[in-house]
Amino acid sequence: MKPGDELELTVTPDRYLTVRYAGASGDFNPIHIDEEFAREVGLPGRILHGLWTMAQVARAHTDAAGGPGSLRRLSVQFRGMGRLEREITVRGTVREVDGDTAIVASEAVQDGKRIIRNAEAELRLEP
Amino acid sequence: MPANVAAIGRSYPPDVYAVGREKVIEYARAVGETDPVHLDAAGARAAGYADVVAPPMFAVVFAGRAITPALFDPEVGIDFAHLVHGRQEFRWGPLVIAGDEITTMTTIADVSQRAGLGWFVFTTESVNERGETVAVGTWTNLVREAEAA
Repeated sequence: MKPGDELELTVTPDRYLTVRYAGASGDFNPIHIDEEFAREVGLPGRILHGLWTMAQVARAHTDAAGGPGSLRRLSVQFRGMGRLEREITVRGTVREVDGDTAIVASEAVQDGKRIIRNAEAELRLEP
Repeated sequence: MPANVAAIGRSYPPDVYAVGREKVIEYARAVGETDPVHLDAAGARAAGYADVVAPPMFAVVFAGRAITPALFDPEVGIDFAHLVHGRQEFRWGPLVIAGDEITTMTTIADVSQRAGLGWFVFTTESVNERGETVAVGTWTNLVREAEAA
């Protein structure tokens, strides 16, 4: 991995993803799983869990860097709302490499909107 | 919705979470992991682990449960109707493996009011049964000002 290298992951959350993720994560906020409730509180419909989207950003890095132990730090900002059944693209660029440590900047985009922005990861590279 | 700065530094009783194999697999599937170290015990053992490996973001499962008392603490005073998860950071230590027991401490790191938002920042430190810090989370929750009352 060297500065300027890019990583990318695309994923399309299916119609029932938020139900599975609610069960897996323990976050049962109805804005993610109840279409009627979501509309009543002014949302366009059920929205993705931000932490699921962050997990996609994490996965883009661990897939590129050689496994779960490579990710040492990840920080993100959540913006806007992720929607079901629409493709999300995570794109990252290696900013610097110092010894066995790489810093990667990334974002997650859906329908042209950056739903995660200013993400920064620290990776430990395999020797 | 005045931000209660007196809550800064407040901490909560430790939350102890036993990491189960099927829970790790369920979580790994929900986030789309394809690496067998997360998906079956045989795959994990073939790679040299004692059992399935939790994906790094599995930290939200044990640490997310641990922040619940802080989220609902009336002394912190979060207005749920206007709550937005603004930012998140994790720093990771050694991998979490099924069979581990993770103890998480939650602290209110900051409460402030700026740019028309209430900022509630929680810190979680999660430690395994060997005393190793496996994840430190910084959870930034933003609360929009309530409409003029």
